[in-house]
Amino acid sequence: MAQITPQAFILGLSAIGAGLAMIGVIGAGIGVGFTSGKAVEGIARQPEAQGDIMKIMFIGMAVTETTGLFAFIVAIILMYANPFINLI
Amino acid sequence: MELGTKKIIGIGNFYITETVIWSLIISVIMIVFALLATRKMQKVPKGLQAYAEWIVDFIYNWVGQVMGSDKLKFAPYIGTLFIFLLLGNLIGLFDIRPITTNLNTPFALATITFVMIHYNAVKTRRLGGYIKHLSEPNFLMLPINLLSELSFPLSLSFRLFGNILGGVVIMKLLYMALEKLSALLTGSIPIFIIAIPLPLNFFFDIFESVLQAYVFTMLTMAFIANAMKPKEE
Repeated sequence: MAQITPQAFILGLSAIGAGLAMIGVIGAGIGVGFTSGKAVEGIARQPEAQGDIMKIMFIGMAVTETTGLFAFIVAIILMYANPFINLI
Repeated sequence: MELGTKKIIGIGNFYITETVIWSLIISVIMIVFALLATRKMQKVPKGLQAYAEWIVDFIYNWVGQVMGSDKLKFAPYIGTLFIFLLLGNLIGLFDIRPITTNLNTPFALATITFVMIHYNAVKTRRLGGYIKHLSEPNFLMLPINLLSELSFPLSLSFRLFGNILGGVVIMKLLYMALEKLSALLTGSIPIFIIAIPLPLNFFFDIFESVLQAYVFTMLTMAFIANAMKPKEE
């Protein structure tokens, strides 16, 4: 059985960590779905307000997405700018 | 897979990346357009002047709607910010790295927004009113409000950066997978790249670019207007 070098060990665990970090995106997905669902309800009730509702919906979605993007940035850092590999 | 921005020239830790070059090119394009459009101004607009007037009209209407008609002095900055972000994101269509995929660009712009928010808040509310505004329901909330104010430029810049970078990463992965797949079938001719990425290209390079530029500008406007003292009736 081949020996695992410390670098390989850290890289492998970082990849697993990146995968685990992306679990946080679930919340953003729920948030975006909730936002668009409510917007559909609003438009169904008041079709003439479609333009305004869509505008606010897109902004709300972008703000909701931010929490998911934090998880994404953590994953990207672990994959491509690994801070742990320089420690050994 | 390489993700970082390409370094063009420089020594050690100080270097010029392609992001800087492309931001400068975009700035030059905007300045040249503005100069050309306003060179021979006429009463009845013609050619470039008509387009420029349409853009300016659009920006002023937008700022007047969101911030109120008494804050139209922000329109030049908001318009420049919007067009800069729009062009900077849309160059991804020409297979150039969008300038916002380097965190330095959105963070610099978010810092400008942050400074504008607090400068204008202090200027219109005076120092006492500003502190009162920060400790809104009661003074116990002051540290929490300070923290949320300080984290605002972070979330604003990460939103733009993460969205555009996510698109770039997904497009790169898709192109890699399609290249491998077509290499298995046809050898060296990348036949799958022809039309399959088109919907994703449309979403990430056009829709997301325009939407994120819009959202960044919109939040900048909303927060500046919110921090300033409301107009007396």
